[in-house]
Amino acid sequence: MSKKLLALTGNDAAAYAMKQINPDVVAAYPITPQTSLMEKFAQYVADGEIDTEVVLVESEHSAMSACVGASAAGARVMTATSSQGLALMWEVCYIAAGYRLPIVMPLVNRALSGPINIHCDHSDAMGIRDSGWVQIWSENAQEVYDNLLQAIKIAEDPEVMLPVMVNYDGFIISHAIENLFVYDDAETKSFVGEYKPKYMLLDAKKPVTFGTFDLTDYYFEHRRQMAEGMRNSKKVISRVAKEFSKICGREYGFLEGYKLDDAEVAIVALGSTVGTARAVVDELRAKGIKAGILKIRVFRPFPEEEIAASLKHLKAIAVLDRADALNAVGGPLFDEVRAAFYNKSNIPLVNYVYGLGGRDMGLDDIKRVYSEVSEVAKTGKIKDLVTYLGVRD
Amino acid sequence: MAAKENKRAPGWKEMPIGGVNPEAGNAVKYNTGTWRTFKPVWFNDRCIQCYLCWINCPDVSILIKEGKVAGIDYEHCKGCGICAVVCPVKPKKAIEMVKEEK
Repeated sequence: MSKKLLALTGNDAAAYAMKQINPDVVAAYPITPQTSLMEKFAQYVADGEIDTEVVLVESEHSAMSACVGASAAGARVMTATSSQGLALMWEVCYIAAGYRLPIVMPLVNRALSGPINIHCDHSDAMGIRDSGWVQIWSENAQEVYDNLLQAIKIAEDPEVMLPVMVNYDGFIISHAIENLFVYDDAETKSFVGEYKPKYMLLDAKKPVTFGTFDLTDYYFEHRRQMAEGMRNSKKVISRVAKEFSKICGREYGFLEGYKLDDAEVAIVALGSTVGTARAVVDELRAKGIKAGILKIRVFRPFPEEEIAASLKHLKAIAVLDRADALNAVGGPLFDEVRAAFYNKSNIPLVNYVYGLGGRDMGLDDIKRVYSEVSEVAKTGKIKDLVTYLGVRD
Repeated sequence: MAAKENKRAPGWKEMPIGGVNPEAGNAVKYNTGTWRTFKPVWFNDRCIQCYLCWINCPDVSILIKEGKVAGIDYEHCKGCGICAVVCPVKPKKAIEMVKEEK
């Protein structure tokens, strides 16, 4: 285990991981805030540090299509996008998952138009949550780097064979410079290993067809297989995390608790907001308030049992959503966390939709959440099930 | 003509994932000749053995026996009618399109 400390933006950390992975093919199209990631990666290729075939395409629809073709041909393939780019590659993302192609894609989370906005929220990833892509979320640049290295092994595992999306917050993580450890090139190379596909178009000795017409007599079975791949990914994610801990020195889980074990109230969140919430929890703890955090690292597969078990001792819970499901109820994370508790407990859960279009989520906002959820814990009564936090009345 | 396969279709645990078809050339086993509205009917007595129908058929459905056109593979012919259009025999073509009757 050897590592060195670097100061990198989240995008540079992702590019560094991609450099060490050295995929056979990367097809991508620039979009804010992903652009500097692909610039950095293309620079590595142009400088001859790696030998990836970079395919410059005319749109994200073409980018994902080129990825599907290359992956079916037997290559290790990556791309990256954000927001509208993901929206444009939408139909091909479902095809990548349906063909069981282990493409890995950093998604630099950004709000969806309209009106047009380039800043962070999670509506891009949440919209595509049921496409059959594994979704891993990152709190900071270190996790972006670590998650990407692990994502390759998760995607390509014969029991999984599903594409993996590594999410991180646009600008907040992608453009902020942080200190992070990167690992030795040879060690990471041996960790990610080689991709050995079972079927590939370029194997002339074993000709196969991808993209067959799949009607009433077979399609359902193929979807059932995908469900199994997603179920299998749970044990593979754990196994890869254990293996990766030998390089990075810590073991990633589906979830990460912060001062959660003895907490009475907690928030559940994804991404960079967890980092801000840690500071608030420290402050509240100093005042004797038993506050905690549950960070969700893996959102697909959804770790339902683990979430319910981690939160079962709490008196009240606030689920934070950086996307609105626009279902006239609340956010998508809230829906699923609440469902995880159904038939298991009567702990009151409330929802906060926050930070849409990059609206800042400050310390005071999070303090307000803890104060209100503490009131719910004390009285057992929910005043507002869903709150739009930080919106002007 | 491939025999109809009567065995049970495979379950999800028994199939290659992702809709991959690992068996080259197995379209011959799949009956695609059920979509026709019109079917080509071949007349041996008018046929001049020019092979234009065989060259142009997009579904390899013109049957050849001992080097000669010998009829239509109705399990795979989709009734596109190209064979009847390209047939040069006059005044009556050697392939005519006839409405399917069940």
